[in-house]
Order: sequence, then structure tokens, then C-alpha cells
Amino acid sequence: MTPQTKATLQKLGPFIALLIICIGLSFMSADFLTVGNLMNVMRQVSINALIAFGMTLVILLGGIDLSVGSILAVSSVLTAMLMKAGCDPIIATLAGILAGAVMGSINGLVIAKGKVAPFIATLGMMTVLRGLSLVFSNGSPITGFSSDFFSMLGGGYVAGLIPVPVVWMLLMFALFWFVLKKTVFGRHVYATGGNAEAAKLSGVKTDRVQIGVYTLSGAMAAMAGIVLTSRLNSAQPTAGSGYELDAIAAVVLGGTSLTGGRGWIFGTLVGALLIGVLNNGLNLLGVSSFYQQVIKGVVILLAVLLDRANKK
Amino acid sequence: MSPWISGRRPEKGLIEMQIKMRGISKAFGPVRVLEGVDFTLTAGEIHALMGENGAGKSTLMKILCGVYQSDAGSIEVDGHPVHIRSTTDAEALGIAIIHQELNLIPQLSVMENLFLGREPRRFGMIDSRRMREEATQWLTLVGAAHIKPEAEAGTLSIGQQQMVEIAKALSLNAQVLIMDEPTAALTEREIDKLFAIMSDLKAKGVAIVYVSHRMEEIFHICDKISVLRDGQFVGERVIAQTNFDEIVKLMVGREIGDRFPQRDSALGDVRLKVDQLADEGNVSGIDFDVRAGEVLGIAGLMGAGRSEILKTIFGVNHRTAGEITLDGTRVALPSPSAAIDAGIGFVTEDRKSQGLVLGLSVRENATLVHLDQYARAGIVNGRAEREAVNKLIDELHIRTRDAELDVKSLSGGNQQKVVFAKWLASPPKVLLLDEPTRGVDVGGKAEIYHIINRLAAAGTAIVMVSSELPEVMAMSDRILVMHQGRQAGIFDARTATQETIMTAATGGN
Repeated sequence: MTPQTKATLQKLGPFIALLIICIGLSFMSADFLTVGNLMNVMRQVSINALIAFGMTLVILLGGIDLSVGSILAVSSVLTAMLMKAGCDPIIATLAGILAGAVMGSINGLVIAKGKVAPFIATLGMMTVLRGLSLVFSNGSPITGFSSDFFSMLGGGYVAGLIPVPVVWMLLMFALFWFVLKKTVFGRHVYATGGNAEAAKLSGVKTDRVQIGVYTLSGAMAAMAGIVLTSRLNSAQPTAGSGYELDAIAAVVLGGTSLTGGRGWIFGTLVGALLIGVLNNGLNLLGVSSFYQQVIKGVVILLAVLLDRANKK
Repeated sequence: MSPWISGRRPEKGLIEMQIKMRGISKAFGPVRVLEGVDFTLTAGEIHALMGENGAGKSTLMKILCGVYQSDAGSIEVDGHPVHIRSTTDAEALGIAIIHQELNLIPQLSVMENLFLGREPRRFGMIDSRRMREEATQWLTLVGAAHIKPEAEAGTLSIGQQQMVEIAKALSLNAQVLIMDEPTAALTEREIDKLFAIMSDLKAKGVAIVYVSHRMEEIFHICDKISVLRDGQFVGERVIAQTNFDEIVKLMVGREIGDRFPQRDSALGDVRLKVDQLADEGNVSGIDFDVRAGEVLGIAGLMGAGRSEILKTIFGVNHRTAGEITLDGTRVALPSPSAAIDAGIGFVTEDRKSQGLVLGLSVRENATLVHLDQYARAGIVNGRAEREAVNKLIDELHIRTRDAELDVKSLSGGNQQKVVFAKWLASPPKVLLLDEPTRGVDVGGKAEIYHIINRLAAAGTAIVMVSSELPEVMAMSDRILVMHQGRQAGIFDARTATQETIMTAATGGN
């Protein structure tokens, strides 16, 4: 085996694991391999995947974004409040995503210009924003804003088959793949994450790259918030807590290095699907939800250990 | 157990301690790094190990000190076969290595570093008094009595840290010291001191393996020289009976022609002019100009502020005073990206930490500076990029199977050529070079000199900082000498001698 084929196999490792689990589950449960169930899994995965796409860029920079769950909640509450106040749902949706981008850009500014470690900066933002979402909503869920357009965003189907959130997920996947693979910005993300000093000395405006990436991460969290709000038909100030960890797990399962500079968006999609399929499969098999957590954690650890062993 | 570990050590003067490595082979996967290499080391000698980057020097030394195990071959100590399976085995045999990247823990004190993992104890507690006394003894032995055992290791200069490492090796009873490019980061004075210590150790019967690319030093300090080429042993010579040309020929397997190729570029107008430049405390009062087609060398001791001049021009360090004029126009250059936009390039000193993104491919590194040239509306045209990279690979003779390989898989010289490639996609008006051939082997050096000459001939003005005096003298038209952050003078390279440069660099008249 040449080193190149080995590297490719290694990169496809998570994908192969996903296939194996899917094949296994289709034998173990008659309900798994049905169009309805698979679409259901994809829809459940979509929210985590949207957040994880943004998180992939953050982790490629060698950073981390713990505030995504809180950004999701604030955007969700703001959008719901706007619509309740009579704002057009399209404008409210765009405003919610914009708000997420602004919150993300504050992360980026604090990290790039204030030189605060990403873990600390986003931990602070996570707490501040969770508080704000409670302040704005007065601590209780906001409901009674439904409109056809808004309900479609999270609950609709394309061609009566594909859930709209899955379409968002695939569109964003394509967009992020293109950005990372084909644009100057994407190249600068890899360079900054791989060696910030060398990138800077090569004329890369690393501060701008950082701010841009955290802004994108915020916008993606907000988008996930919109989908969730639409699906539940209510905005919860406590929504999204713990989502940052699922997103990080998806990114890491997909083979992106936590030290930055190495990784790809396809891996993240596969990582998110792996987590989703596992959840779904364990449910179908009737495994208790307590054990499900244990199994999920073990799978994540095993995947990362395998990855380590392979790289030696 | 080797005879040494069981306590019998050859008495000095009676038996000459000798290490014989015979027929050593080693492969990593399909890549054969060493094939049947022989290496003999005798007590009381300083033995240079030379070869181009990738010739297998460090692999051979790592086998000797137990980091790697050889696939075939044998190692004998005083005629007894030994198996060195780990660094602990090597340590027990008295073999110690001093790495290029020093291994002290900067937050711990000198004595804590010296006795790390084997602290002298008293009632289960660390016996600080004994530790201090013993540390002082070992430091005195290597002529570094001025280093305080309580000092934090991170506050010492690189030269002092090296002394601590040597003291540590000796305290572990080392009879064989392997030194990997020990002078790369030392000042002239520290180098002299190191050489004095090495001679002293040699007189005490220690064998030293000296791995370096610096020919002058090797001919100055070493007794014997072994040469590797492409993983094979090509010969051993006694220094007194060989010469520079023979060694180079052994290393590269061919004549490389002139060590420093001639340049005949006509000097044009002044491209870069610097007036009374100063930064935040490292350098001040810097005044020079460079013409199109000219190479201005900057010489001086380590810490004299040579690199700082380049960093201040390039906008890495903050300029507090002075003016920079480029092609007759005053420029501000507040950041590297502004300097690049103005037409300045900077080949940085340390290619691993500043020059390259090691996790990216040759292609991605080579186009990092000028990626916009192959992009429209922020979207990269992959084909234009690949064509440009292939052209650069051809022009600079970068030896890589494929532009998509990780840049870290290349040898040092070829990595350095990738650093040059970054700047050459669009020829710069001014190219700043900081130690452009550090860690590059002889063949690679000659190629880099050719690149410099070609750029100068095309009208680029070049400012080159180098610690290798022969290189500065041969490659420059004029030489600016720095002394303690100030400019000691600018000399014409045709008339200057090593003595005049060194006198100016050390503050003499």
C-alpha cells in the first residue's frame, strides 16, 4: 500500500465506520433501512451539522467555540420576539441570523484583537448570552408566532419527501466545502490554523481570518436556532445548552485536528451522521437512554484513539 | 548486560575505548534511510559526521543513542557486542546526545534540570543543599561556574543552556557526546567557549560526535570526519590529511563548482533607502541604501540587532523613528501585508516556525503570499495555481515528487527553496533574507546562491543577514556591520577582510 492510498483510507475511516454501522443496523432492525427513518435521522442530524460546519472552521484555526448553544438561544428568542411584534417572518429570520453573526464577531474581536484564549473568550460569551436570552424572554418560552413561511423552515418537506432542514444542511455543506477548498479565505483558514506566525509573515491578515471564522460560526448557530424554533413552534431561552459539545464531537469524529490546520468539512458531515445514526439505532434497538450516553461516549473515545494509532 | 554496566570500565591509557558500528541498515516503510553504514568512534577524538540533509546522519546517531533500532548491523563497544534498545541502554553505556533543540524545562531551575528524575533525596525529600553543591561541581567542570544553579533555565542564553546540557550529560557519566549542530544558535564568543570545553573534554578522554554543516568549524575543531551520502558510508578522513574540496566531493558525489557562484549584475538605481531607522529598543540609527541588482550583507554577532532591522522594515516590529523609501517614494509599512503590497519579500530565519505551514502541501505553501494572483473574486483558479507552482518547482529545482506532498516531507534545502518560491511568484522589488542557508547542506547552499544571484540580475535589491562570515563576504557587494544595536560601518566587500568585519562587529576600531 502506498503512503497516499493509506492516507486516503485513513481520511475515509469515519465514512467507512458509518457504512459499517448502517449495514449492521439494517440487519439488526427492520425499521432502520426505510426511507422514512433515514430522512428522520437526517432531519435530527441537521441542527448539529449546521453548528458543526461553523465549528469546523473554528477548530481548523486551532480554536474552540463554546458559545454556539447560547447564540442559538438568543437568536431564537430574538427572532420569535420580532415576529410576535408583527415583523415579517423573512426579515425576522434574517435578523436572527445577523444577530448570530454579530455575536460571533464579538467572539472573534475579543480573541483576535484582545488576544484572549478562545476557550475563555467563548466561555464568557456562553454565560453572558445564556443570561441575555433569559432576560429577553423573561425566562419563559415564547410561542404564538407561527406563519406558513416560518413553519416551513424547520418543518416543511421538499417534494413531499426531503425535510427542509436536510436541504439547509446539504446546501451549507456544499457552501462550506467550496469555501474551504476553492477560496482564498479557505486557504487562509488552513494557513492560519497550521502556523499563524508564518501566515502573518506571508501577508495573511490573520486577525481578519479569525474574526471572519467566529462570525460564520455565530451565523451557523443562529441558523440552527431558526430551524429548531420553527420545528418546535416555540423559542426556548434554555434551548441549545450542550449543543457545543455535540458539534465538537462531530468535528473531531470527522478527523479534524484540535490543534488546527488539518481537517475537512466532509468529515464533519460524516461525524454528525455517525452520532445521529448511533442515536437512532440505539433507540430502534430499545437501548435505555442512560446506556445510550455511555455508548456514544465510548464510540467517540474509540474513534479518536483509532485515529491516533493510525497516525503513528 | 554490557561489561560497562557491570562496572568494569577500561582504564584510561591502557585500552582505547572504541565504538564500532558495522553494516547498519534502517528503513522506514519503503524508504531505505541507511544501508550498511560503518562508523568508528575512539575515545579522545572529535569526529565530524557530515553529509547532505537526508543523508542519514541523524538516523545513524539516533540508532547509536537508542531512539531507533537498526534493521541490520552490529554495534560493538570495546570489542563486545551490545544491543542498544532504548535511550536508557545508551545512557548506561555512557552515550549522550545534545539536541539542536535544547531540552531543558524553562520554568525549572538549572539544578532541577540537571537532576531531573534523579534528584538527590534525604528522608524522602529533595536534598536541595546537595543538589546545589553537585550542580556547582558539574557546571564548574564545563567551565560554566558563572551559571547559578538556582537560575531559571529559561532565563539563560542558548549558549548557557547548552553548557547546562553538557554538564547534565557528564553528570550522567557520558563517555560519548553526540552534538547536533551545536553552534547554530551561538554567538562567536559562545562558540569559542564551546570549542574550549570540547577540547578539554577530549583531553579527558571523552569522544565527541560533531554533526554540523559548517566546514570552517569542522576543520578547526575536529580530528576525523566521516561522510554519509544517500544513506551510505562514503569514507572516513583524517582532518589533517584532507581538504575542503575533497569533503564536498565526498558529500555530494560530484564537483559542485564554485562554492560561491559569481554574480555579474549591473547596479541600477537605489530601490530601498533607510534613514535613521529605530525600533522599540533593539536597533537605532540605521542608515543604508540598496540598489537594484545589489546584495547588501548584514554581519554582526548574535543579538547585535541584524534580524531586527529586517523585521522593522517588514512591519513585524514597530518602527519608532526613521524613514523608509522605496523606489524614491516614502512608505509607511505598518504590517507585513503592507510591506508585501509595496513589493518587499522576507525569507525568514526559521523556516519551520516562520517560513512554512508544515501541515500544508508544497503547492499551498508556495502560493501563500501571492494567492490573489490566481484568484478572481476570492475564488482560486486551481489550474492557474498548479501551473504557476510547477513552473516555480522547475525554476528553483525543488526536488519533490509531487506538488501535493506535505512540505514537511522535503529535505531542509528543498524546504528553503519553497520559502523562496513563496516570494518569487511575483518578483519583489526588495528581498530581505535572514540566514537564507541555515541548516542547508552544501549542494543546497550553492543552489540558493544561484537563486539569489538570478534575482539580483533581474533587478531585485537584496538585503541578507548571515552568521556565516564567508557567505556574507562572498555573496555581498557591500557589508553593513552591526554592533550592539547600532551600525558600526558599511564596508566594500571587495576590500574588506574577515578581520575588519570582526573588529567592527566586536566594537573595536
